[in-house]
Amino acid sequence: MSAVTVPITAAAPRRGLNLTYLKVELRRLLRNRRTVIFTLVMPPVFFLLFGTVDSYKTDSVGHANVTAWIMISMALYGAILATTSGGASVSIERAQGWTRQLRLTPLSPVTYVATKVISAMVLGLGAVVVTAAVGIPAGADGDMARIVEALVLAWVGSAVFAAFGLFMGYLLPAENVMQILGPVMALLSFAGGLFMPLGDGVFATIAKFVPTYGLAQIVRAPVTDDAVSVWAFVNVIAWGAVFVAGAAWRFRRDTARV
Amino acid sequence: MKTETLALDLRGLHKSFGTVRAVDGIDLAVRPGEVVAFLGPNGAGKTTTIDMLLGLADPDAGSVEVLGLEPGAAIAAGRVSAVMQSGGLLKDLTVLETVELTASFFGSARPAAEVMQRAGIADIADRRVGKCSGGQQQRLRFALALLPDPDLIVLDEPTTGMDVEGRRDFWNALRADAARGRTILFATHYLEEADAYADRIVMISHGQVVADGSAAQVKSLTSGRIVSASFGGQLDGGLDEAALRALPGVVDVEVRRERVLVRTTDSDAVARHLLTATHATDVEIAARGLEDAFLALTTDHQNAATQGSLA
Repeated sequence: MSAVTVPITAAAPRRGLNLTYLKVELRRLLRNRRTVIFTLVMPPVFFLLFGTVDSYKTDSVGHANVTAWIMISMALYGAILATTSGGASVSIERAQGWTRQLRLTPLSPVTYVATKVISAMVLGLGAVVVTAAVGIPAGADGDMARIVEALVLAWVGSAVFAAFGLFMGYLLPAENVMQILGPVMALLSFAGGLFMPLGDGVFATIAKFVPTYGLAQIVRAPVTDDAVSVWAFVNVIAWGAVFVAGAAWRFRRDTARV
Repeated sequence: MKTETLALDLRGLHKSFGTVRAVDGIDLAVRPGEVVAFLGPNGAGKTTTIDMLLGLADPDAGSVEVLGLEPGAAIAAGRVSAVMQSGGLLKDLTVLETVELTASFFGSARPAAEVMQRAGIADIADRRVGKCSGGQQQRLRFALALLPDPDLIVLDEPTTGMDVEGRRDFWNALRADAARGRTILFATHYLEEADAYADRIVMISHGQVVADGSAAQVKSLTSGRIVSASFGGQLDGGLDEAALRALPGVVDVEVRRERVLVRTTDSDAVARHLLTATHATDVEIAARGLEDAFLALTTDHQNAATQGSLA
């Protein structure tokens, strides 16, 4: 009677990247109004507000005008905000039990994190492209090859903050972790000299220890004549190592069996 | 007669959290095709046991085999899936997106339309998960669990927090699926659910199996009434146990210190007998509910009843 379903096909787990998941993740990011406003709308708006003063268009920072300098800074700001919020979204998904649900499927936790990072980087690219698309017609000018180089560096460098976002996402239990991280990012950006030149005072000394400092220096180097100080590289590498190690540590703890 | 691989083989499972022994020596063998209810009050150890059999938690001692495999391997192969109590859904996705996304995690999966049909959510495919009722979300979880076409589905208190209608719809969907011969294990603290939908009921309390048998057998533990009476100091002389057992409807007679407890389906006859033919005093009649059965099974029969006294 009770016919037993003998396993006919043992479904083999899929390996590697899951494109369906990546597509869904990107759609989710674009559906989130808060994310879109903070990463794709605010940076170009900030640029238009602060970067298009007439004198900025004529003053040079070396190989581009001040407007371009501000555009690049805003592109970097948008990119790190995008990657941070992309990474930090693991917090909400942990709170909603999604990561636990994933453990009941063949999807590997590594694929999950990789998908998160890649979609965060795509959003970061969106932030850079949108800011440039607004900025160049609005007066950002100079050696275009150098400006593009700076924009590419901004995007690549924002990966450091994807790790930061992941770390915070695993660390903070909050449902809405970006409400904490949003202001933190603004503060870090100010303190790290992303929004204005640092000068030589005490703030410049403090800035060397702020996670955004190194990136800002390196990313803007192509359009300025300033030599990048060794501290900028030390800063990026050290903070990057801290964020990656932290994210890996929390990730392992999160996926460990109790 | 061929030897089948058990759908589930738990041996000597132990799991403690601090000083709390959540699971304290559970053995359970489930044959393929069985529909088993894991029945117990809150805190009995049901969820902890389920976490261990799904590989979400490691036992302190004992072994778990799911379809002859280690739990993680069974999940990776899509042989076992689970419907958890709550959570596990992304609220900003639609029902269809959730099903299609989850399907992509498996090497081969049933079509989205099919599992949604079987779970009774085909009509809400485009609804955002966050806008679905608790019952709809639970049927969505069930649809997700059907995707890999697993041999075993485990459900952890699947109808907690659902309204009557949602509960009925959910069980109808599950029952239709069980008819196809899939092995199902569900945890519940509702005896009615266990009785209505399971072939076999495994009762657990304080992390141990206290009864294991057919629904009818376990239900008989909880049906009828208990008539108890005091015999003061004269228990030895004044009580004729055989006479009590001979009364119509009497299931069991038990003596605890100076009181006699009679489990019966005809409490009137027992009371009349006690009051007219014996020296009994303080006669009490109480309905025998599930809680009482749990209490009886765990406090008095602790040793005798462990593991399959009814099986």
